[in-house]
Amino acid sequence: MADPAFPMSGSFQELPAVGPQLAAPIERRPSPLAHAHHASWPDELFRYAMWACAAFVLVILGLIVYELVLNSRLSWNAFGFKFFGGQEWDPVQDHFGALPFIYGTLVSSLLALLIAVPLSIGTAVFLTEMCPVWLRGPLSFFTELLAAIPSVIYGLWAIFVLVPILRLYIQPLLAKTLGWTGLFEGPPFGIGMLAAGVVLAIMIIPVISSLTREVMSVVPSHQREGVLALGSTRWEMIRLGVLRNARTGIVGAIILGLGRALGETMAVTMVIGNRPEIAKSLFAPGYTMASVIANEFSEATGDLYTSALIEIGLALFLVTIVVNAFAQFLVWSVTKGQPARGNV
Amino acid sequence: MSDLTPNPATNSPHPAEMLNVSLSRRITDHVMTFLSVLAVVLVIAPLFAIFGYLVYKGIGSLDLNLLTKMPKPVGEVGGGMANAIAGSALILGIASLLGVPAGIGAGIYLAEYGRGGRFGAVVRFTSDVLNGVPSIVIGIVAYAIVVIRQKHFSALAGGVALAIMMIPTITRTTEEMLLLVPTQIREAAFGLGISQWRTTLSITLRTALSGVITGVMLAFARVAGETAPLLFTTLGNQYWSLNLNEPTAALPLQIFTYANSPFDEWHRQAWAGALVLIVMIVLSVSAVRVAVSRGNLRGAR
Repeated sequence: MADPAFPMSGSFQELPAVGPQLAAPIERRPSPLAHAHHASWPDELFRYAMWACAAFVLVILGLIVYELVLNSRLSWNAFGFKFFGGQEWDPVQDHFGALPFIYGTLVSSLLALLIAVPLSIGTAVFLTEMCPVWLRGPLSFFTELLAAIPSVIYGLWAIFVLVPILRLYIQPLLAKTLGWTGLFEGPPFGIGMLAAGVVLAIMIIPVISSLTREVMSVVPSHQREGVLALGSTRWEMIRLGVLRNARTGIVGAIILGLGRALGETMAVTMVIGNRPEIAKSLFAPGYTMASVIANEFSEATGDLYTSALIEIGLALFLVTIVVNAFAQFLVWSVTKGQPARGNV
Repeated sequence: MSDLTPNPATNSPHPAEMLNVSLSRRITDHVMTFLSVLAVVLVIAPLFAIFGYLVYKGIGSLDLNLLTKMPKPVGEVGGGMANAIAGSALILGIASLLGVPAGIGAGIYLAEYGRGGRFGAVVRFTSDVLNGVPSIVIGIVAYAIVVIRQKHFSALAGGVALAIMMIPTITRTTEEMLLLVPTQIREAAFGLGISQWRTTLSITLRTALSGVITGVMLAFARVAGETAPLLFTTLGNQYWSLNLNEPTAALPLQIFTYANSPFDEWHRQAWAGALVLIVMIVLSVSAVRVAVSRGNLRGAR
């Protein structure tokens, strides 16, 4: 059906795929509806109803921004920019500083990336370049399935399975071999920053690997053939012909995974330990922006307390928006103009 | 996942074997291949660990009581999660009622009227942005919109939060599916003198229906397990409530509360509840897949 090389007549040529779309539209020709001149009133009514639905999407984003800004004003007026530099979180004294949460969010997310990136790229490389065709379907189904598990179930599993494993085996090992770095000090509780990072890594692997696969699959096969024809091994072909061509998109996929990790709430809340302190050791409990909202919002007494939590929400919102938009731009810059394929 | 790219690496004998390639390059090749396989194994392992443990811990506690009985006070053995299951169904019903028509409508607008226009581009970008908003932030917004105005926690607030999460996904998949419908089909309908709205609903949307429904189910499955946006909207409830204006129990919330509690009995029920939740999600998705792939819907493909 839709032929990507469909010769678009001049006036329609100037329809770039605007915005960070992952899947380029197959049919770029405007629908005949767009040009109907003599529409009857039911047609007009229908058109306005559909327009209202589309406008509703904008209204939602507007409402999100409006409500977050409005409800965080109190805290903003009280603390200003110092809010993001303050280390003290004392609801009794009405003293609020968000730095421990920002630190916890950043460290747990970066730790997750550190674990997830090599695994995701390795998985994507195997699935697109090495995997026998009969195995590709089931394996990609399994990795996608990881994305369907609800966050709270990851958390449940982490509390009862992952944390004991970390406490009994991994943490003593890390303390013995890498204890001198100072990153793996203190009593091995199991619960803490390390556990949060590992759970987050498991959760963002499907995001990064499926996007990386998508980006790698739009690298034209003549690139691979060219490198192979020069006498390369398979790995050299993958490195020079595929990964190098897809690197912008892969970076985009990684940043999208980061965006997901920053906003992830439930599983992290269940294993990070929820203590608003900045500690160097990854064994120590921490707290993230999302989990402080999850834990304290419904019990927050006093307007300033609630407002401070909403301000953390606003900050989280802004950061994830910027991160996601940038990532989607990178992915889109690689996949644009290619026929949509893969995971829809 | 169909990959149409002819893949010289997997389908033909390896060229390096026929050439005189230095040993170190060959070793690197083998090492990298091994590492890729290792990565796949490490990625798949947690999946089996989670599902395996879920079934192992959950199946023993999964009985009729869990589905039909109310929670018992702490310390008493037994009881179930009937109120949470009913509450989840209620909240998801509200969310679908609000989110599905709005999402499909926006998708129709983007595909049928908004191609190439600036407004369409803005809506498209906005829904991609909305897709990335953390669910906890959506919870705050639903709290601000509904809970503050109503002055109490309610099932309605949770439904609104989940609806907001469903809309962008449904919008984009509906648009993508409608774009797959060839323009000629619309032109043929107009040629027969069928009105525009009728063409869109009965012909274009009908043709793309299986894809649209799949998109709706994906959005549904995604929000069915959401906990964060319900924490301070529906709040949870130990008692039976199907009143839109009251705090309501929900399965993911119950799992969260039970998992964080210090009681073995509650841990046991958390595992069983998690098993119920994941089975519900998998069933709802695959049921629709099956319904779509056979019966009268198949003509639409």
